[in-house]
Amino acid sequence: MDQLLQFFISGLTVGSIYALVALGFSIIYNASDVVNFAQGEFVMIGAMSAIFMLKAGIPYPLAIFLAILISATVGLCLEKFAIEPAKRATVVSTIIITIGASIFLRGAALLIWGKDIYGLPPFTDNTPIHIGRATMLPQNLWVMLGTAFLVIVVRYFFDKTRVGKAILACSYNKKAAYLVGINVKTMLLIAYGLSAALGAVAGVLIAPITFMTYGAGVMLGLKGFCAAILGGMGNSMGAVLGGLILGIVETVGAGFISSGYKDAIAFFVILLVLFFKPSGILGKGEVERV
Amino acid sequence: MRFNKFLVLFSIISFMMFLGSGSSFAKKPLKIGSFLAVTGPASFLGDPELKTLQMYIEEINAKGGVDGHKIEFVHYDTKGKAKEAKNFVNRLIKKDRVDVIIGGTTSGNTLAVIDIVQRAKVPFISLAGSIKIVEPVKKWVFKTPHTDKMAAQKIFEDMKKRGITKIALITGNGGFDKSGRAQCLALAPKYGIKIVADEQYNNSDTDMTTQLTKIRATDAQAILNFGFGKAPAIVVKNAKQLGINLPIYESHGVASKKFIELAGDAANGVRLPAAALIVADQLPDTDPQKKVLLDYKKKFEAKYGPVSTFGGHAYDALFIVVNAVKRAGVIDRAKIRDEIEKTKGFVGTGGVFNMSPTDHLGLGLDAFKMIEIQNGKWKLLY
Repeated sequence: MDQLLQFFISGLTVGSIYALVALGFSIIYNASDVVNFAQGEFVMIGAMSAIFMLKAGIPYPLAIFLAILISATVGLCLEKFAIEPAKRATVVSTIIITIGASIFLRGAALLIWGKDIYGLPPFTDNTPIHIGRATMLPQNLWVMLGTAFLVIVVRYFFDKTRVGKAILACSYNKKAAYLVGINVKTMLLIAYGLSAALGAVAGVLIAPITFMTYGAGVMLGLKGFCAAILGGMGNSMGAVLGGLILGIVETVGAGFISSGYKDAIAFFVILLVLFFKPSGILGKGEVERV
Repeated sequence: MRFNKFLVLFSIISFMMFLGSGSSFAKKPLKIGSFLAVTGPASFLGDPELKTLQMYIEEINAKGGVDGHKIEFVHYDTKGKAKEAKNFVNRLIKKDRVDVIIGGTTSGNTLAVIDIVQRAKVPFISLAGSIKIVEPVKKWVFKTPHTDKMAAQKIFEDMKKRGITKIALITGNGGFDKSGRAQCLALAPKYGIKIVADEQYNNSDTDMTTQLTKIRATDAQAILNFGFGKAPAIVVKNAKQLGINLPIYESHGVASKKFIELAGDAANGVRLPAAALIVADQLPDTDPQKKVLLDYKKKFEAKYGPVSTFGGHAYDALFIVVNAVKRAGVIDRAKIRDEIEKTKGFVGTGGVFNMSPTDHLGLGLDAFKMIEIQNGKWKLLY
């Protein structure tokens, strides 16, 4: 019973990291049906910029703020110089552009920050919190809190704000959106900037737990992507649900079956879900557009 | 027969040039070829290796070369890919026609090219860890780094001294981790040690509390983590978080300041076997390695910053070759190979090398030091 509780809590902590990364995928997906494979790199850039600004002596909160700004700028540049010039590209071609962008960003990070591994100090005290015999770190709570906060922000953004609704409109029908007076170009730019900023927040929150290297974005992005499609692409609640399920399946699988097959078990579950519900748990399914 | 006259004249001139070359500066250069993983995932190994080679070759050439033979250095970056390693080694042998090859940063890269160098009969000193490189012995292949087998032996010896008989093993999914795990599983029974848990993680994982929770439920008296990179730091941090007070052993893969920096105070009390380089200043003055180590450290740090044991392997390989060439007296692949094999009492950064036809590494278990991390610093135990 002790063990099960710890597995569950470990699953939640890992899952909330996946969820946080998965959230970042939803904005660009909602704006253009494109899965942005550079999302993991946004996470890495956010964390690495914060780490190096902290090293340079900038106070922690300011370093975090600037890191988010830097990542958002990178997102804007990516849209302006790589996505926008290829405006006639199909969704698949755009996805391939984002893969290229992720390789480019990783290379740039390697040149700027080197190959070393870095950590961030935890936000608050680092004494483990005990729940029965199970434990978790206060930073894990920050991650969960951050995830919850961002879910609400993303939901509010798409449901209530004019810009959010306009972005959604672009994804449904670009031409129609343009005809009702929405500046499609600007909307896409906003989507990339916001998405990168969201990624940076994730990076800063998880860096104290997982450490960062220039290449850490690949695996984080991949796990986040899995969480996103498991929960339903583009749905922010789905991203959170997908992340938590993925985390718990991984830890319980590792705990009770075999830690060597941890990822295999998780991917098997994802395949199973997608077999019965290809649009993900909370996904709405393909709507036929006439 | 004007043509014939010309030929005679030409041969006389070339013969005179040949005679002259024996005494003058124009000695045949010593061509050293190298293929290292300078970028890519194993860059933390390949990068200091290349810097070490370049630094010392420059120095040797500035002093007039090896017995007058200037060293010509040819280098390729494999990015850690075995296929690239094969291509580059073929190029080194066929196009660059090198006399000796030093390189093969990772075990994968080295094992991929062994057949090629064996067939071409070029002496090759590998800088990779796996025991498979020199066991069974291959005529043209040598290596300088300690093996994972030695690390496991050193750890088990220390456990035996402390009366530990039941341990939990936790390893990553990389080549280094897997090879280390296999050695641990094979060797443990010889030391009367029982492995009561055998857990694994992914090297990119963010949390190992699940595996450690399982270990906590066993009756293990110590935890042995074979790995490198950020994962071992997460393992020791998670163990502390879970309140596990068992002694933790790490492999030589974490013997860098980075590990202490990442793991913070969770690293205290962790024991690991490592090359003497990281505790050079703590060695007794009678230790023959002390001077070599401090010299290397001083030179490397003056030029590039913090030293790592990995660059030291390149230092050892280079000077084993240089000494072999000096003894051989000529630049000849076969003779250089024979002399490398006769290396005796060479004091390098990894230990004192004594090679033989049956041992192409030449290091004993004493080449590894047992180290404990105390107050965020390396402490030499024995």
